[in-house]
Order: sequence, then structure tokens, then C-alpha cells
Amino acid sequence: MSTTATESANLTGDTSWQTVCPIEEIHENIGVCALVGENEQAAIFKVKDKFYAISNLDPFSDAAVISRGLICNIKGSLCVASPIFKQHFCLMSGTCLEDNSVQLKTYALRVNGSILEIQNT
Amino acid sequence: MGKQKVIVIGNGMVGHKFLETVATLPENCAFEMKIIGEEPNTAYDRVHLSEFFSGKTAGDLSLVPDNFYQDNSLKVASSTQVTEIDRINKEIHYANGNNEKYDKLVLATGSYPFVPPIPGKDRDNVFVYRTIEDLKLIAEGAKNSRVGVVIGGGLLGLEAAKALKDLGLETHVVEFAPQLMAIQLDETGGELLRKKIENLGVSVHTSKNTKQITDGGNFHHKLCFADGSFLETDLILFSAGIRPRDDLAKQSGLDMGERGGIVINDRCQTSDPDIYAIGECALWDNKIFGLVAPGYQMAKVAANQICQDQSDQFTGADMSTKLKLLGVDVASIGDAHGRTPGSLSYKLIDDINGIYKKVVVDAKRKKLLGAILIGEADSYGTLLQFALNESPIPNKPEQLILPANDGDNAALGVEALPDEAQICSCNNVSKAELCTKVREGCIDLGELKSCTKAGTSCGGCAPLVKQILDSELAKQGLEVKKDLCEHFPYSRQELFHLARVHKIKTFEDLIEQHGKGNIGCDICKPTAASIFASLWNEYILNNGHAGLQDTNDYYLANMQKDGTYSVVPRVAGGEITPDKLIVLGQVAKKYDLYTKITGGQRVDLFGARVDQLPKIWSELVAAGFESGHAYGKSVRTVKSCVGSTWCRYGVQDSVGQAIHLEERYKGLRSPHKLKFAVSGCTRECAEAQSKDVGVIATEKGWNLYVCGNGGMKPRHADLLASDLTDQALIQYTDRFLMFYISTADRLQRTSVWLDNLEGGIDYVKDVVINDSLGIGKELEDQMHHVINTYQCEWKTTIESPEKMKRFTHFVNSKQSDQKLQYVRERGQKRPATQAEKQEMLNTIPFKEAATH
Repeated sequence: MSTTATESANLTGDTSWQTVCPIEEIHENIGVCALVGENEQAAIFKVKDKFYAISNLDPFSDAAVISRGLICNIKGSLCVASPIFKQHFCLMSGTCLEDNSVQLKTYALRVNGSILEIQNT
Repeated sequence: MGKQKVIVIGNGMVGHKFLETVATLPENCAFEMKIIGEEPNTAYDRVHLSEFFSGKTAGDLSLVPDNFYQDNSLKVASSTQVTEIDRINKEIHYANGNNEKYDKLVLATGSYPFVPPIPGKDRDNVFVYRTIEDLKLIAEGAKNSRVGVVIGGGLLGLEAAKALKDLGLETHVVEFAPQLMAIQLDETGGELLRKKIENLGVSVHTSKNTKQITDGGNFHHKLCFADGSFLETDLILFSAGIRPRDDLAKQSGLDMGERGGIVINDRCQTSDPDIYAIGECALWDNKIFGLVAPGYQMAKVAANQICQDQSDQFTGADMSTKLKLLGVDVASIGDAHGRTPGSLSYKLIDDINGIYKKVVVDAKRKKLLGAILIGEADSYGTLLQFALNESPIPNKPEQLILPANDGDNAALGVEALPDEAQICSCNNVSKAELCTKVREGCIDLGELKSCTKAGTSCGGCAPLVKQILDSELAKQGLEVKKDLCEHFPYSRQELFHLARVHKIKTFEDLIEQHGKGNIGCDICKPTAASIFASLWNEYILNNGHAGLQDTNDYYLANMQKDGTYSVVPRVAGGEITPDKLIVLGQVAKKYDLYTKITGGQRVDLFGARVDQLPKIWSELVAAGFESGHAYGKSVRTVKSCVGSTWCRYGVQDSVGQAIHLEERYKGLRSPHKLKFAVSGCTRECAEAQSKDVGVIATEKGWNLYVCGNGGMKPRHADLLASDLTDQALIQYTDRFLMFYISTADRLQRTSVWLDNLEGGIDYVKDVVINDSLGIGKELEDQMHHVINTYQCEWKTTIESPEKMKRFTHFVNSKQSDQKLQYVRERGQKRPATQAEKQEMLNTIPFKEAATH
């Protein structure tokens, strides 16, 4: 899922939204990892001013490293390459390009003022 | 019915080829196979035996892949002798008294070196040259010898002479005939070969009939010749031809040739249809074939025959040969002497360059019958094809040997060869087969060789295989695609030059000016980052560069399987003070890091979490450590032996030189990692010849070796220059490294780079030593820029609070990664396995429950 940095969200008192960090702390093309709930991890990226969040857990290595992957454009789809075994995961859908049967969880994001928030679902 | 039992006697090149062939046939499961060899080693490459003395081991020479016997359910017995064949009961008798039944027997017993019955031939320090065991004895004998003589100036004798020379002996060759290699060469050729070999420091004595060997005056032996002259020496090597090893066959009553050899028919069967004979022990059409290619053909025929394909027959073999003898190219094809009635010949003698070429054609000048090439044998492959395929030769046959002239040598191109032309005679690979593979997508030389096996035995046809690959690619209009990735229609080399010439320093500019899109991928981004680092050497975590770096470069540490990192501080030359060693231990202990010594003489600390890296490095930097760049595609280590400072044998200060080199080149980024080593003497304890840059001390200075590799595909380094001063060593190394960096492909180690470089090591020598491209100064300047802009990336990083912020696992929590779980093994931590993690999940709540 993605959201633009400039989008102004219509905020409610919904408790499922959690703080990630101030948006200026996220740099283009360099991922960060956010703790979601008690033990979920999300990898968050900013590419061309849009934010994306998918699971940080690399299913091929069982290591929490997706946020440290490189952003790629592979045949038109925006992905991140796992730093361990180099599989590519689509930032929009979480689908693995090399193995369609593998899909990472995606998260909704929103910008609340200058703070990026993630939805814990 | 049970399986048929096939026993092969003789585990040499030909016996092994038989097994290899059977293993590929679908019928092989109907047989139980066993191979018996008398040598302790299983099959090895006897053709390249002399390389045993230039550094190859028995393992390097082995022809048997790991697990070959197990994978193919073959039985193997080494150091085992068969003493008798009982044909009536169809069983063989072993030296230890055991018997074994067979259904089919294959004799691949090979040959033995012929030692003429000269009085004194049984003296000590007299050897033959056939097996690895022989070579070990020769090496032992050479230790106390100064002079060595090879009796026999044939092909094998000259190989043996190289072996003696490699062992450091003053070497002589004694030949009965008036010339060297009388079988393959004519008089002119023999004379030129003699001159060339003598120039290399080997004395040649022809027309010498050795009558007797007695005690020498100054040396151990004295060879007395029929003409009254004599020669003194410490060591003697007989290489006076081979004789078939046929005694087993003879005892069992098989038909034999008048002068030995086991008679076989076109199916490679002996006079007993259940017994086959292949290779140098077999006599076909009254001929013994003393080369490996015909032996391989027989092995294939026998394998097919036994596996029920009666159509494959042995129809004779070509005895053409091409060799590098003591570094001299020598080739002989077909009727080299021009003995065919009515044949004509063309000769080219080039005294300046030491080249002799001769072609023999038929009376109508339509067919090539034979050829001799000395000093330059590049056209061997093509000429051989003309001879073997009897394909029509150019109207002016002299074109076949005249030096190329403005490209009108086209008559010789591989395209002229017919499809059925046999390119690799060792492995019987035709031109059509190669072309088909290329069309199927095998467009890399290494891949083509491994999937067809062409060029993998004697290697003589390798240049031809390359030419066929290139011509086939060109024919298909298929340029070898060198695009880096979908975003850049350029090779790494081209991008490097674009960036250099246009002074491009950011990925945005590079992709905008020369690429597609504006995002890039995990191939082009790190490549661009590496190019920028090699050229401009800016801090790699600058905002413009940080997003291009692989995680290793980004966190300046090596990611491990669980997502933690390892830390490797620089220990230049492997020299470390006790105090600094203690610091490493203290840091490792404090952060509970798994500790291991690396192959590059450093200490690797594993299991550091992202958030621990800055703390660990703050402590290391404070203690005087620098980044070791183990995470980068960059100069890693310069390994060294202890050298003349301590070692009794060392001739130079290898540790000092290693530290000097490591300090000079540390941090240099390159297409792939670069490893160096410096050895203090020729014993080579630092294993410098397996490194990208290897330096070996000599009495007079330093020998510089380049493009070696250990790892997956070991390659001995090539000697670039000898006896260099400290200054020249640095100058050549600067040039060599920058030349590699500016021309190599992405992730191409120096070894592969050199193997793919047209002109090979000679070209590199030309560029580096003779400055043939006139870029020497430029390469040195580029290197000086990198050296002058060096910074310890860790020091820069810990001094920047902004950069330090990136070293957290969660952007929104102080917690660390809960996925990390460890168990302890041999006193240290290691990542838990899946099963162990599962167990922890199960047991922890249970324990908690129990304590409540």
C-alpha cells in the first residue's frame, strides 16, 4: 500500500494507527523498519515521494531484513531486493517476483501532520 | 538375470574415459562396473604431468570429479594388482590371492617406458617418467643433484626435460637420432626446435648412442657414447619411447602383435570376444597409438559395444599433435614429412622471429596432407581440420602459412570448416555440435566448454572453440549482450568510461544521461556506486550515494544469514600487537560476538546487531583500528608469511612489504574483491599465487604475480614481472589494478577477467610494463587520487551524529530484533536453527509455567 507524503489524512480516533516517525526522517530509497503491535515488523520505503510498507520478514531466510534491501524497478514493477538471497518483492502487493506463491503482508500508511503512521491490522 | 559384471583393469586416462562414457549411456544400469588401478591415485591427467613440478598437485591433475564413483555406483580399487586372467572360468586373480568373476573385461593397462638395455641402466638416481610416483622419486633424486640428463629427444623426452628444468637442474637432452622429435618433425623443424630449446638453457646432444653408464668423476654418473665422447650428470631420466603393457594378456593367451600389443578389431575386442583392450596397450591394424585422443576414441567404442551399440567402431586415429614444449609451440599434422608420393610442400622460415611453418599438399594441390608449425601454432586447429576433413584448400596453398596481411587470411577462418569437422579430437566434438549449443543459448566460452567438453582435455582446440563461438554469434547477428541490466544498455566497462569522461558523480546524472527510467535496480545501483568510488572516492554514505549501496556497504559490515553483521577490522599484513589483539578479544567478549580467524589473517567478529555496530566501532577506532573493508567489493587483505625478519629461509621482508601494500591500496573499490599476498621466499608460504595480486620475494627483488584465485575455480596466478625493485613493484601494481578496474565486468574477479581478455597475460604485460596503450601515467594518476583521498569509513561515520542515527533496528522503538535467537556451541554463540527456534518457542512458556 502506498500514500503520498503530501496527502492530508482524514484522521479519526482509530487506535489501530501507530506512529512510525517524522516523515523527514525517512530518506528516499533507504528503508526503515517499524515495530507494529508487539511483534510484527514492517519495512517502510519512500520512493519518489511515496511511502510503501510491507513485512520486514524475508520468508526465504527467516531474517528480519527487508527494510535493508535495495529499491528496484524490475520490468516496470517497483520492488525491493532482499539483501540475503536477492529475491524481489513488489512494494505494492508484497508478491515475490521469483516465486508467485510467496507474498509478504502489506500495511496501510498515512501521514498525520508531519508524522508517518502505520495501521496495525 | 542379475547385472553383468564389467571389470576395467587400468585406472589411467583411457580407463577413466571408458567409465565416463558408460556413465552417460542409458544402458549403464544393466552393468556392475569396477575399475582396478595399480597406482595409489585414481585417474589423472598424464598429458600435463610436468605441471606437477610447476606447482600442480596430484589433486589438480586428477580427472575424477568428487564423488564420481559413488554417484555412478562404480567400484574402484587403487594400489591393486591383477596377476592373472583365467579366461576359462572368466575370473581375474589378484596379487593378494583373491579371485573375482567377470562377464566382460576391459584391458586399459597402458604402456611402460622403454629403457634400452644399456649397462648401468639400473644404477641409483636413474628414473623413468610416467606416473606421479615416478615424479615424486625424480623430485627426491633432484634434491641432491645439480645436473640432469634426459635420454630421448622425442615428445615425452622434451616434456621430461621441462620437468628437470623446473626442478632447478642444469638440463641436457641426449638423442640417438640426428634431430629432435624425429617422428613428428623434419630436419629443418628439428633444427629450429633445438635452437629454441638451447636458448632456454637446455643443452641438446643429437646422434648420441649411449653405450654405457658408469661412475662419474665430478658428478654421480658418466654417460659414455659410441663416438667416444661422454657426459657427466647426477640424475638420468629415460624417455626412449613406450611399450604396451601386455603381459597379462600374453599370459592368458590372447592374440598379440609380433612386437607386442594386444590385437584388437574395429570393436576394440581382443581375440576373446568378452575381453576388450583400449589405449596404448592395444594394437589396431598393427599400430600402437601413443596419444590420448585415439585412446579416448577406443574407450568410447568399447563402452558403446558393451552397452549393445554395435555401430560404433574404431577406424583409426589421427596422430597429429600440438604441444607447448618448454614454452615453444610445436605442432605436427598428418604426413608432416611429405612421404605421400607426388606430394608437394610449402615452407616458411622466419629466422627473425624463430618461426618455421610447412604444409604438405597433394599433387593436385587440392588437399592438405600434413603440416609442421614451430614457434607459432595458432593455425593448428584450422589446418588440422583441412587435413582431417579433406576439405578443399585455398587456390594458393601458401596462404595457409603466410603471415596474415590486412585480413586477407580469410581463407583460414573457421567459417570455412564443414559442420562435421571434428574440433575437439580428445572428446570428439564436432563444429556442428558447438554451433548447435551456441544457438541454444550457450554463449559464454566457459559454459560452452563445460557443456560440450570441447577443449577440456589437452586444451589444444580451445582457441578454435572460441573462434567458432564468436563467428556463430556474429552469424546470428547476436552480439554478446553486454548490457548491465534493463536500465543501462552498456557494459560496466563502458559505464566506467562514460562516468570518467563526463565526470559523472551521481546515479541520478548517470541514469538520466545514459540509462532508462529514474529508479534503477540492485544490479546497476551498486555497480554505479562502485564505479564512483573507484573514480572519485567520495564517502560512500553521502546522501547521494547511500541509497545505492548494498546492505554490506551501507552498514559497513557483512550481513550474515540471520540479518546480523560481522565486523572485521584491518590487520595489515596480518601483523598485530598483543595489545590490539587483547582489544579485539575484549570487544568480542563485551558484545558476545562469535570470533573466528579468517583466511586473510584477520579476526572476524560475528553476530553484531545493527544497533551495536557504532558502539563496537567506537571502541575499535579508539583503540587504533580502522575499517577492514571486508564488506566492500574492494581491496581486502594482504596476507604475508613472516619473511626474512624471523624466518631462516626468507630473503626479503615480506611482512613489511605486505603492510606497505595494504596501507597503499586499502579502501580501493573495484569490480569485485581483491586479495593480495606477499611471500618472503620461493617456498611461498603466503600462497601468493592464489591471489589477485601475489608478490614473491627473490634474491634480487620481487616477482609480481597477477590474476590468481582460490575459491570455486582455482587458478594459479601468472607471472607479470620478475625481480622488481620496490618502486617498480608499486608502479606495476598501480597500473595493473587500475587497468583491471577500468576494464572488468561487474563482479568479475581478476582471474576471469584475464581469461576473457583478448591477448591474455601478454597483453597485460604490454599495457603494464611497456605502456603499449600510453595510459600508464593516467592509470597511476587515478590510483594516486584514490590513495590521496582515503578515509576510514568507520571513523567518518562515528564522527557524524546524523549517520549514526541510521544504526537502529526499529525507527519507532528501542527494542532490538526479536527474531534473533542464539544457542551456544563450543563456548560461543551461533544462530539457532529452525528446529531449535521451534523448541525454544515450546519450552519457554513451559518453563515459565513451571516456576509460577
